[in-house]
Amino acid sequence: MTVLVIAEHDNVSLKSETAKVIAAAASLAGDIDVLVAGSACAAVAESVAKLQGVSRVLVADNPVYKAQLADNLAKLVVGQASGYSHIFAAATSTGKDLLPRVAALLDVAMISEVVKIEDADTFVHPIYAGNALEKVKSLDAVKVATVRASAFDAVPATANAAIVALDVVINSVCSELAHTTVASERPELGNARVIVSGGRALGSADNFAMLETLADKLGGAVGASRAAVDAGYISNDLQVGQTGKIVAPELYIAVGISGAIQHLAGMKDSKVIVAINKDPQAPIFQVADYGLEADLFEAVPKLVELI
Amino acid sequence: MKVMVPVKRVVDANVKIRVNAEHTAVDTANLKMALNPFCEIAVEEAVRLKEAGKADEVVVVSIGPKVAQEQLRTAMALGADRAILVETDEPMLPLSVAKILLAVQAREQAELILMGKQSIDGDNNQTGQMLAALADMPQATFASMVDITDGQLTVSREIDGGIQQLQLPLPAVVTADLRLNEPRYASLPNIMKAKRKPLDTLTVAELGVTLKPHQQILAVTPPAERKAGVMVASVEELVDKLKNEAKVI
Repeated sequence: MTVLVIAEHDNVSLKSETAKVIAAAASLAGDIDVLVAGSACAAVAESVAKLQGVSRVLVADNPVYKAQLADNLAKLVVGQASGYSHIFAAATSTGKDLLPRVAALLDVAMISEVVKIEDADTFVHPIYAGNALEKVKSLDAVKVATVRASAFDAVPATANAAIVALDVVINSVCSELAHTTVASERPELGNARVIVSGGRALGSADNFAMLETLADKLGGAVGASRAAVDAGYISNDLQVGQTGKIVAPELYIAVGISGAIQHLAGMKDSKVIVAINKDPQAPIFQVADYGLEADLFEAVPKLVELI
Repeated sequence: MKVMVPVKRVVDANVKIRVNAEHTAVDTANLKMALNPFCEIAVEEAVRLKEAGKADEVVVVSIGPKVAQEQLRTAMALGADRAILVETDEPMLPLSVAKILLAVQAREQAELILMGKQSIDGDNNQTGQMLAALADMPQATFASMVDITDGQLTVSREIDGGIQQLQLPLPAVVTADLRLNEPRYASLPNIMKAKRKPLDTLTVAELGVTLKPHQQILAVTPPAERKAGVMVASVEELVDKLKNEAKVI
């Protein structure tokens, strides 16, 4: 049994999700190869080589892979696929874009957002916004799956695997015109120990600054409900929920969030949930470990002061 | 330019679903059904392309039971010109759906395939990408902006940490994210008009598609319930609990 993991990176640094996908792959007790496809991505390959459990790092380093486009990356992966029993990637926007394309070219089904691996053929993944868990047995020769990183603990960086260069250049028919990233000093949502999330009750983009102060004091990230994103208070990549980020931090503080099922789907696996809301009937209180019925504009500044 | 929009009938987003007593499936009997929200956004975008003079025809396609005609009529009430139902009572994996859509596309020869990024039942987020792979078309998933100028497609994609803007040649597959647009409400005259628009029914066999089994569902279970928490009376008590009881700060 050999697993091929597709590394998640921005050509400069390796994303934290990859070490968690490798942990999922390691539960299968086979060899693990990791593919790094990018441009001028040698530093990424070196980071991958250090991760425990990695046998080989395959590096396709060429400008054609810079923008992580699915059409040529899928062909690259399929070209390397022979001999692998499993192909995994993180359930990030890149992994979700790429892996179904790989599976279709291999004529196999795919399993999305795996949260538990029972054995080499059997996987558990959420459906209906996490309101049900489906356990499926794959009948395909190659198992292709995206892994929900928050469900696995990262492997440590204690190894020194071989790095193998792949001389395969496949062009994409697409071109990247622009790529804007939202720069932030705060930890990424998927990686933060603490997340402070706000809902529509914040009332304005300016009021989100209050949550940023609290997040910074706790060394955490800022998130938001869909309602807050749709209202334009905060950028869309910070949305937590069924169609946004799925997170499981140590501490999740939901401020002014009512708790629609689509939001709960994104955060209910957090270890400790705090809800601050002035509506005692808000569904968020049903999943909160600690609920505080209060006006957020009074409670949040006080919380900042006391922590 | 012809735009094909594959759509799915799903349990309404506002309905809380339950797993059946045997733990073999989600119990969908007698639940309110609807057009999948992301599919609705895709239909709206296709209709807007037509209204802007960039598309000539919008064809909606669904694969499912006879009653999925309701969702196709909804899509036509939003402005789609005609509909195709590939009728089947079998549940379909995304790969099978993609193969059937490929066969429909072989007949329709659409230049743009616009569809939702995922259905809110299976949450798979696979079908558009798989169809693009099988058709050897480029893809732009998670679209928040779509424009077509001189046969070139420009799409803004919502990706982790930002926005990626891509240019793609046609034909191509685009999957819609939440913020692509806000779908209109169908007006009563348009609902009436939709009843008279053409709706063709096909079968998987007529399309000449052979499907094979890929997965066996072993169990469907409800997620672990969170233990009921406590209400605290003040910010002071909250801070004390977080420090001394939960020990997270």
